[in-house]
Amino acid sequence: MSATLTPQPAPQSMPQPAGHRTARHGLFSLGLTRIGFEIKLYFRSTDTVFFTFLFPFIMLGIFTAAFSAQGNIGTNPDGSGGISVGAYYLPGMLAAGMLLSGLQNLAIDIAGEKGDGTLKRLGGTPLSPLSYFIGKIGQVLVTGILQAVLLLIVARFAFDIALPTEPEKWLTFVWVFLLGVITCAFLGIALSALPRSGRSASAVVIPIVLVLQFISGVYLQFNALPEWMQNVASLFPLKWMAQGMRAVFLPDNFAAQEQNGAWELGLVAIALLIWLVVGLVGSRLTFRWIRKDA
Amino acid sequence: MTTSPPAVRVARLSKSYGPFDAVNDISFDISPGETFALLGPNGAGKSSTIEILEGYRDRSEGDVLVLGEDPQHAGLDWKARIGIVLQSSGESGNATVLEQLRHFASLYPNPRPVDEVLAAVGLEEKAKTRIHRLSGGQQRRVDVALGIIGRPELLFLDEPTTGFDPEARHQFWDLIRTLKTEGTTILLTTHNLDEAAELSDRAGIIVGGKLIDIGTIGELGGPAARIPMVRWRDVDGVQRETRTETPAGLVAQLVRDLGGEPAELQVIRPSLEDIYLGLVRGHAAGSTSDTASTEVLA
Repeated sequence: MSATLTPQPAPQSMPQPAGHRTARHGLFSLGLTRIGFEIKLYFRSTDTVFFTFLFPFIMLGIFTAAFSAQGNIGTNPDGSGGISVGAYYLPGMLAAGMLLSGLQNLAIDIAGEKGDGTLKRLGGTPLSPLSYFIGKIGQVLVTGILQAVLLLIVARFAFDIALPTEPEKWLTFVWVFLLGVITCAFLGIALSALPRSGRSASAVVIPIVLVLQFISGVYLQFNALPEWMQNVASLFPLKWMAQGMRAVFLPDNFAAQEQNGAWELGLVAIALLIWLVVGLVGSRLTFRWIRKDA
Repeated sequence: MTTSPPAVRVARLSKSYGPFDAVNDISFDISPGETFALLGPNGAGKSSTIEILEGYRDRSEGDVLVLGEDPQHAGLDWKARIGIVLQSSGESGNATVLEQLRHFASLYPNPRPVDEVLAAVGLEEKAKTRIHRLSGGQQRRVDVALGIIGRPELLFLDEPTTGFDPEARHQFWDLIRTLKTEGTTILLTTHNLDEAAELSDRAGIIVGGKLIDIGTIGELGGPAARIPMVRWRDVDGVQRETRTETPAGLVAQLVRDLGGEPAELQVIRPSLEDIYLGLVRGHAAGSTSDTASTEVLA
């Protein structure tokens, strides 16, 4: 530690010119800086890359390999109209990716940052919690979009799954995806308050995520589940994200297999908006740089 | 000097966690540019006090002003003027040293140049290493670097040299002296009394949540605590100890009386550590005897 520091350029008593901070250090521009930093750290965490980013790819591969021998799903008696196992599971895997990239990722990530002192350190700097949130939401959006695009590319070219060509289907995809992934991100921030330590975060969060995936039509065909389970799943956002994705990627005659015989995109939007509000309020109420006076 | 308001003003500060009083009616001021050390045993209330000043904890009672603001309600502009080196760090550290420093520099309106800070903490060669791969002492240097990157007017150092080897500690002291010459006000807690003596202008000693002494390093414990001690073994083999302002005179007297060299002769001038231990033990003994007398009365 050779002591060679440039002296303060201006006397300390000199008042900072007004607007100095906002000019160079707006909440938003700091938030953008955070996004870059967050994404870099996301891809350096082996756990996150495997259990959040790559997980839907692995599950799609497993389902395709395990069930393809049983033939197509949804075939008419005359043998027409069916789709491959991979094509049937693709919407569920996209929905699972949104849940993992948003909720699982942030709940474990932020609980870990709380536990290891990262948040305490940031709380001692002039970083606004708002800029921190922009960084987290931005990280979720960028990694979630990357995951979805790669999943679609793999589905199309590795599993030979036909993707929709109608622009309105893709419009539905965009709004369901953005609304779902942002909702999951805020729910993740709110849920990060639940684990008592960074180390227990995975043990608290993963079972919640896993149960939701089983009851919401990600791993199991939703129409094959008992009605009470479908009703329970309808209380949570994943069911609606999966339904929205099925509306995009499954042929229209599959709508008859939904609980009410239709895609119900209006209900999808309403359910996700309600959960978005729950996530926003929960994040606002529970987020602290440190547990004060714990 | 007389007109400038203190950088830190603590008046009758108390902090309790349930029935436990961690900090009990503490008052002190720190002048701008001063280095002030808070000393005391583990659990004495040092960290509670410093975390209240940093804005991490709310106080139970009393008044606190840090750079003219109440840390409990101070905003981001205030945080831009302070630097914090926390007691423990355990970040997973997937960023490299350079990335972490650059990022934290970007959070401040007027940061120090990153290269300069890297050099000042002696981590130039580790710049591209991920923080979790560094040794404990090197990670501590990163903590120090992050504390000073924002060019703070007031720097909090909570046991900053834990895990440093002696050479790193001396380099760190040089760095702190440089910050002092720049006019940085520093609040330091440490268990290393050499460090307190080397760096601080004044120190306060906290025991059991109470400030039991405060003053310049030369004043702590009062003049009585600095009276030299002469220790020797007498002809019967019994160890003798006498405190005297004139140790040379006493030794000369001993030589005359014994007609020769006293056995195992030592003349001891109390170090800061001796004085500190005397104060802390004296306080502990005081409270024990209080308890004892209460028990007798009951």
